Amino acid sequence: MRTTWRPSRWLLILPPLVFLLVFFLVPFGFALKISFAETAVRVPPFTDALSRAPDGHLHWALTLANFRYLLIDDVYGVAYLYSLRTAFFATLICLLLGYPMAYAIARASRATQGILLLIIILPFWTSFLLRVYALENIIRDNGILNTVLLHLGLIAQPLRIMRTSLAVYLGIIYSYLPFMVLPLFATLEKLDPTLLEAAADLGSPPWRAFLDVTLPLSLPGVIAGSMLVFIPAVGEFVIPSLLGGPNTLMIGRVLWDEFFGNHDWPVASAVAIAFLVLLVGPIAIYQYFSVRQLEH
Amino acid sequence: MAQRSSPLLFPVLCFGIALLYLPILVLVAYSFNASPLVNVWGGFSTTWYSALMHNRKLLDATLLSFEVAVSASTLALVLGTLAAIALVRIARFPGRLLLTGMVNAPLVMPEIITGITQLLLFVSMVQLLGWPHRGFTTIVLAHVVFCTAYVTITVQSRLSAADRSLEEAAMDLGATPQRAFIEITLPIIAPALVSSWLLSFTLSIDDLVISSFVSGPGADTLPMVIYSKVKLGVSPDVNALATLIICIVGTCVIAAGVLMRRAERRRALEARMAEAAR
Repeated sequence: MRTTWRPSRWLLILPPLVFLLVFFLVPFGFALKISFAETAVRVPPFTDALSRAPDGHLHWALTLANFRYLLIDDVYGVAYLYSLRTAFFATLICLLLGYPMAYAIARASRATQGILLLIIILPFWTSFLLRVYALENIIRDNGILNTVLLHLGLIAQPLRIMRTSLAVYLGIIYSYLPFMVLPLFATLEKLDPTLLEAAADLGSPPWRAFLDVTLPLSLPGVIAGSMLVFIPAVGEFVIPSLLGGPNTLMIGRVLWDEFFGNHDWPVASAVAIAFLVLLVGPIAIYQYFSVRQLEH
Repeated sequence: MAQRSSPLLFPVLCFGIALLYLPILVLVAYSFNASPLVNVWGGFSTTWYSALMHNRKLLDATLLSFEVAVSASTLALVLGTLAAIALVRIARFPGRLLLTGMVNAPLVMPEIITGITQLLLFVSMVQLLGWPHRGFTTIVLAHVVFCTAYVTITVQSRLSAADRSLEEAAMDLGATPQRAFIEITLPIIAPALVSSWLLSFTLSIDDLVISSFVSGPGADTLPMVIYSKVKLGVSPDVNALATLIICIVGTCVIAAGVLMRRAERRRALEARMAEAAR
């Protein structure tokens, strides 16, 4: 490797490195510190880990009470499990819907492909909040879906979709579908068609060729797409808050309420840290090792 | 991929696209509904659009969001491009893995976690340094983080596809590495820079969760105002506002897409011509 730019290379590396270090990584350290603090009636509303008592002695105040509280109060456990379950099934439905979509785009001609991709990407960049709100317009009790169905005489009473788990599922699938289609398309597009022809020549029926050739080869796309849907869906706040009801308690909403409703910053920090360790930790480790494997 | 049409695939694709677009189309239609009731069509009207123009709070929020988005995406463009050049051009340096991780992590980190940790940082910084006060500055700083991630990924992929031999040829002819980069490679990656700025802009102007955490009193961004309006119930002027935002963002995204595609085509053409001239 030629090492041009030697003197100036730190001018390249340092600004982004330092910025992300200070404003992305270091904040987790503060969250960790505050998750061991106690709630206090002051600004900011928590105690210092290290303080000087009036007699001049250093006072060390770290408490595990917040984490203990997460275990005692089952609202956190319930919300965590509900979030995992909802995100899992929503990801599965996205996969079942997104796979044929990606497959159809991959098989289209070059020119059509470009247009179809733009059609898929466009909603992905259009305001997330407004799209969730747009969905609400359709599924609310006096929304367009119920109005149409009532007029057609298909239902006697408005369907109750808003404030249920169904609404949250619909919201997640609607919002995250492009995240599933794009990585799937990327792997399916690279698939060599001669492999399928070879399978056909050797007597494989199309479904068999799909299971033996296409599916295993598109597995990286399946994994990437599922991660892109699953991880943000678990921590989703806007969807359960706007479309969900009292029974759709997702961890993101609990965190928000703890923070803005109860002003309990230490407990909110503890929820965030626990969430990070339980969800993002394993995934990050998995990613690290899969990248390492690829590099070898 | 094989050019074989399957009778089942196409309907699923159409269904998926309909699912993505139907709510948006309904929302646009509602924005021209004279009746404030969602289930009654009261005729065509632009009342809600003119109502927007008189909503002081909404206009202030729009202005703030706009300023935040321009500042954040510009800063992110600089930082993200530097990071992309470092990651593509410098094979080994201390902190490479750390930088790679920090560039990718914001893309998958649940926003609510990023938001809460960044707020705790800002609060602690104010205690220690007396800076930054929650409001415009903190929102921009927080947005720069996730925008930088997107810029780096976009520019990185463009830059690693760029042909280095041209730059090397320029250096053989006596150009300094910096000059060769600026004159040869920068024009090649320029479309990626423009499109990643536009995408950062839309991401920033759309953000609700992170802004809600790091913002201070009196600094409400547009999504924050919209969220509190929507939370209270139906408000037809939000339909009008949403339609305007969707049109603007849609234009930006399509422009970015066309720009990237045109540059790609020009590059392909130049490559063919170079091949023919050989």
